[in-house]
Amino acid sequence: MGISLTEAAAKHVQNFIAKRGKGLGLRIGVRTTGCSGMAYKLEFADALSDDDMQFQSHGVTLLVDPKSLPYIDGMELDFQREGLNEGFKFNNPNVKNECGCGESFQV
Amino acid sequence: MALLQISEPGMSTAPHQHRLAVGIDLGTTNSLVATVRNGISTVLNDEQGRAMLPSVVRYLDAEELMVGEAAQRSQSEDPTNTISSVKRFMGRGLADIGDISRFPYRFIDDPNAKVGQVQLRTVAGAKSPVEVSAEILKVLRVRAEASLGGELVGAVITVPAYFDDAQRQATKDAARLAGLNVLRLLNEPTAAAIAYGLDNAAEGLYAVYDLGGGTFDISILRLSRGVFEVLATNGDSALGGDDFDHRIFCWLLEKNTLSALPPQDIRLLLTHARAAKEQLTEHDEARITAVLSTGALVDNVLNQATFYEISQNLVQRTLQPLRRALRDAALKIADINGVVMVGGATRMPQVQRAVGEFFGQTPLTNLDPDKVVALGAAIQANLLAGNRSGEDWLLLDVIPLSLGIETMGGLAEKLIPRNSTIPTARAQEFTTYKDGQTAMSIHVVQGERELISDCRSLAKFELRGIPAMVAGAARIRVTFQVDADGLLSVFAREMGSGVEATIEVKPSYGLSDAEITRMLQESGQHARQDMQARALREQQIEARQLIEAVQNAMVQDAELLSAEQCKQIDEQITLVQAALEQQDAMHLKRAIGALNEVTVSFAQARMDKSVSHALSGKNISDLEVK
Repeated sequence: MGISLTEAAAKHVQNFIAKRGKGLGLRIGVRTTGCSGMAYKLEFADALSDDDMQFQSHGVTLLVDPKSLPYIDGMELDFQREGLNEGFKFNNPNVKNECGCGESFQV
Repeated sequence: MALLQISEPGMSTAPHQHRLAVGIDLGTTNSLVATVRNGISTVLNDEQGRAMLPSVVRYLDAEELMVGEAAQRSQSEDPTNTISSVKRFMGRGLADIGDISRFPYRFIDDPNAKVGQVQLRTVAGAKSPVEVSAEILKVLRVRAEASLGGELVGAVITVPAYFDDAQRQATKDAARLAGLNVLRLLNEPTAAAIAYGLDNAAEGLYAVYDLGGGTFDISILRLSRGVFEVLATNGDSALGGDDFDHRIFCWLLEKNTLSALPPQDIRLLLTHARAAKEQLTEHDEARITAVLSTGALVDNVLNQATFYEISQNLVQRTLQPLRRALRDAALKIADINGVVMVGGATRMPQVQRAVGEFFGQTPLTNLDPDKVVALGAAIQANLLAGNRSGEDWLLLDVIPLSLGIETMGGLAEKLIPRNSTIPTARAQEFTTYKDGQTAMSIHVVQGERELISDCRSLAKFELRGIPAMVAGAARIRVTFQVDADGLLSVFAREMGSGVEATIEVKPSYGLSDAEITRMLQESGQHARQDMQARALREQQIEARQLIEAVQNAMVQDAELLSAEQCKQIDEQITLVQAALEQQDAMHLKRAIGALNEVTVSFAQARMDKSVSHALSGKNISDLEVK
């Protein structure tokens, strides 16, 4: 399965990396923290580690560490605008429960 | 669910722990807010997609007010309650503002008003510039929180490089009033350099040329491996894009043989003049058509060549401060590796060309000159909020005028010379002037001149409880500390007894840019005169001290003097006193020399007496050095 980006998200990521001037792609993962169990991690990736799983989506490299993958397998990242705010939205099929704001979740 | 942003590697925050920080360019004409999102500094727009918030506040009644474009539009219908360009009044007293008739506001001159800051009477009551600025900042804070989806941890707010302590403090107060945590105040040109320096990974010596709506600032910066240092600043507080509009306006009056226009026609033509100026940036000519209140028609075509010609001396006027800043930084034109353009007025091709010719290189214009300051401030805010890792970033600014204290005779002793990088701390020891002196008045001054009367007084405080000692025995250490925001604290400590006194300098009102410029110019023009004045004051102090010492000695040890010697000394004292009346340092010096000469044998006799007094009745073994 793996993870993917919507076309809008991929366009924004490519733009961000180009303006930032460096970066292999995006690192996506989860951490055990937050008010409801797990929290997403979304970072620029500057280095590859040996056990990274790699996915390609609309020309963007996505890196996931193997321990995170089960929690987010099948997930799609979208880029959305809500009023003045804009950012990435995680459509994760594994989520059973999430906190009010959706920043942390349970599977 | 929440919308997430991409973090730097290893810098992901815990849920609800986003360290949201913004940079704010609180401008005279327009204000902006920017933030770093997904690794990029971006200006935050309002619902209508506008980045710039006109810095105008209109008070409607005790509760309601409006800020920005709506307030700006109503300026002519309600001038006394619509406050624009409030930045010019920040940290200012009425006396600093000068000709208040130029402004449509009702200024309040209340001697009991807090800290000498001017206030404006509005329909909502008396409002200080701090309160008005806070309203602008509040709008930007709300916009930022709506855009970022959370509460801000803090903001970096930019101020002109020339802002003094009072103006910086007022800016901080305004931010606090607006519910913003000030991470730091940052000089505007420094912010611009950050925006360019980091984006382009530039190194070297840079000039930041900032031609705003009504002010001109030039700064010389050194960038190396991410370290920024401001070497020198200069400028002209009464020169900006508005002056170019005014030149076009005058050209229109001349072309149409108009004079003594009513205010609404002046505003109308100025608006058209501005539009023409903006059009001439992209086009060869601009057509100006307007119908005046008299029904008269104004219809002219202004071409680029004419516009350049009528505005040429304005462009030239910006070059003089450039030369002065280079001289202050001890640099040649050829040393400058790059020139950063800031401010909407730098879009004008003739400005870019003149600056390019001056420096012999094309200025940097790839960032929007209206936004570059806010973008740089946002980068700094992002860093200070802790969203970047592994980059040790130092940011050094300079103080615009020397700081010092008053010493005997009304002389200024500089502790921190101007253009010193901040934060900084310097200490110097001073001593007492009179025997048994138990207190010392410390007068903190700002300026380049030698005499206190030509410098600006910042604060006065007293160090009390100095143990009684002979003159010159006490050691009083005075420490000046300027923090990263350019605010000064002064500590005084008597080293023997440990008595201390301290003051934080928040001068009730400070200097205007024009005054700083004037003071700097005068210090150059009056260098020789100042040197002579200092020499004279020093001789005068020495003369008075000598007379006092000799007269005291004559009372104490009268028996050591013959009547003849007494007469001689008295004569010389009279001569010194007479010389004191004249303003001639050399003459006074000779008189002091003569008095010293006639007292040599007396001093010798006193010395012998005190030695024999110290030794009498003592065994030689007691005197052995242990």
